Amino acid sequence: MKLLIKNGILIEPSKNIEEKLDLLIENGKIVKITDKINLKNVETIDAKNCVVSAGLIDIHTHLREPGNEEKETIASGTKAAACGGITSVFCMPNTNPPIDDQASVEFVMLKAKSEGVVNVFPVGAVTKNRQGEELTEIGELKKAGVVAISDDGEPISSSKIMRRALEYSKMFNLPVISHCEDKSLSKGGVMNEGRVSALLGLRGIPKEAEEIMVIRDIILASLTGGRLHLTHLSTKKSIEFVKQAKEQKLNVTCDVTPHHMFLTEDYLGKYPYDTNFKMNPPLRTEEDVEALIDAVKDDIVDCIASDHAPHTVEEKNKEFDLAPFGIIGLETLLTLCITFLYHKHKIPLSKILTKLTNNPAKIFSLSNKGKIELEYDADIVIFDPNEEYVLKNFVSKSSNSPFIGWKLKGKVKYTICNGKVVFKG
Amino acid sequence: MLTKTNKVFRHKHLLELQSLSKEEIELILETAKPFKNVFMRSIKKLPTLRGKSVVLLFYEPSTRTRTSFELAAKRLSADTVNIAVQVSSVQKGESLIDTAKTLESMKADFIVIRHSYSGAPHLLAKNVSSSIINAGDGFHEHPTQGLLDIFTIKEKKGKIEGLKVIIVGDILHSRVARSNLWGLTKLGAKVVLCGPPTLIPQDIDKIYPQIDIEYNLDKAIKNADVINILRVQFERQLEHLFPSVREYSLLYGMNKERLKNAKRDVLILHPGPMNRGIEITTDVADSLNSVINEQVTNGIAVRMAVLYLLSLANLNK
Repeated sequence: MKLLIKNGILIEPSKNIEEKLDLLIENGKIVKITDKINLKNVETIDAKNCVVSAGLIDIHTHLREPGNEEKETIASGTKAAACGGITSVFCMPNTNPPIDDQASVEFVMLKAKSEGVVNVFPVGAVTKNRQGEELTEIGELKKAGVVAISDDGEPISSSKIMRRALEYSKMFNLPVISHCEDKSLSKGGVMNEGRVSALLGLRGIPKEAEEIMVIRDIILASLTGGRLHLTHLSTKKSIEFVKQAKEQKLNVTCDVTPHHMFLTEDYLGKYPYDTNFKMNPPLRTEEDVEALIDAVKDDIVDCIASDHAPHTVEEKNKEFDLAPFGIIGLETLLTLCITFLYHKHKIPLSKILTKLTNNPAKIFSLSNKGKIELEYDADIVIFDPNEEYVLKNFVSKSSNSPFIGWKLKGKVKYTICNGKVVFKG
Repeated sequence: MLTKTNKVFRHKHLLELQSLSKEEIELILETAKPFKNVFMRSIKKLPTLRGKSVVLLFYEPSTRTRTSFELAAKRLSADTVNIAVQVSSVQKGESLIDTAKTLESMKADFIVIRHSYSGAPHLLAKNVSSSIINAGDGFHEHPTQGLLDIFTIKEKKGKIEGLKVIIVGDILHSRVARSNLWGLTKLGAKVVLCGPPTLIPQDIDKIYPQIDIEYNLDKAIKNADVINILRVQFERQLEHLFPSVREYSLLYGMNKERLKNAKRDVLILHPGPMNRGIEITTDVADSLNSVINEQVTNGIAVRMAVLYLLSLANLNK
């Protein structure tokens, strides 16, 4: 099986490549990258006016299977990923039952193999049943195939357990992904605490609920030398703390999401009680948004992730307090980054793509992925960075997105996973 | 008598005072005046809303607001229905939207809703075609309470502009405070919020730039024209917002001794129900300064005005 991609602008940030190059794929691997490849009787994609990049790696998604198949399944979630140019997804362990033992990991891997359209990498729980009390069998989880551990959504409140997790997982080189939230401060809160929460009479979540845990986790990373990855950071101070940690050469990395970079709490002032603006961490303020985007420019942010969190219409169309947190994001991850980071804030495509391809693969030690390189897996996205479209429908089972109806720039044309075309736009 | 004014009220719903203009608030207050005269008579009924139905959907206990709306509707000849949430399909797990859609299908012209979650009336307004009146939602707004408070103040003081109004107590969890704030500041009053820092929301002075915050009640009430005392909710103590009801009462309870520092003609308001002896002593509640009973009477007039103006607005559409 051969596939030839011609006439596209190939971007490979790790090698500073951004030029017109052709690409030949054979048996799921990249076998040739040169100026001009001319072959007859080979399936050929004309990538004229398009960027050819390694497929995106989304390190934070919720595929909801097992347990909440009404929201999303491994099949539907990976289809949505393919539609967004994503060829690998990390799925968080807050399923039912949670992914906290070898059998659950194997279930996800098997399902992904038989029904998944793109690569699925499970994230295992740090503690049993995500209760924050007893460590899972992290070695067994690793053997079964997890690429990281996290109690995402149920932050580990005990500093001792967090310390042990960071310490113990070191020997497996497994990063601990931390959702930073001091629940004693955030409890009952449904949006950012501040002007808009006072206006709407909604309970607030102060920024400090996140920042206190960011600094605690950094201190514990320093104590243990463990691999700490801070996910979906949303405030200016969180970014400052990560910057300091990096200056001290600590083993700390982080990601941000498009919604925290491109939306503020003011949207809730404009669209009062619209639950598509309800997520955790909540949308913050202008100064935070600016800090997040600057941190992308300055490479304090390592990755950009979607935090794809599908919920049904019935669950979301409710009283604001009762609706669940979260929005979908697989299908908009790339296009939002192109629209805002590239077109609006003039951040080079190669810098954006590093955080969506090279860095995730490196931080989570994915072999043969995240780069366009000889003998690497042929996970590729081809997109037109200038094509405009209005966001309307979703491939995901859910449609809880605040970006519906927005005019976006940057359209995925082809997604190729392990040498196979899995999406054609 | 009622249609002398050329001004039109253009809203389909009454969800909040935030989105009303100064003129619209004044129109409601003006319209309420003649309605008050009507029910001061022995035959208290007008045919204005004959054939219209008003459904009272109260998810929280209420005596005065529910009765007030019901009487207001009946005095305009509308049919009223009370939904007792405790014995309704809500107990079978029916969602708010489905309950409201059921009422809509029965052709309810108005749904008056009281709900413990902020934004519940907005959710109905988005999902059903009936006209929605907010009778208090969570910590957000209680627009008719705000209107009746302002109506009462204006009746007694002759104006709102330039008055110094103190709102005392749990501002953070008070929908009454928010509606008062919008209404009063739009009409030009000077508002001072008074309570412990734990009960005053962060950044509230960014929403209403012309307000003041004063933690000390004795300082706050000096030169005040009006003191609006909020009900203290005992469960807030469990959230560590203040250490004890006793200390709250010592710091923020309104008593005769304290009142000596205020102007002699200061008005005392309270939205009810009162915790006598805690946020207000009986001698203050029953004093000549108190207009608490008049607030209740005026509540009906204001709600009649709201029902009337909304029905006109819907007619014009």
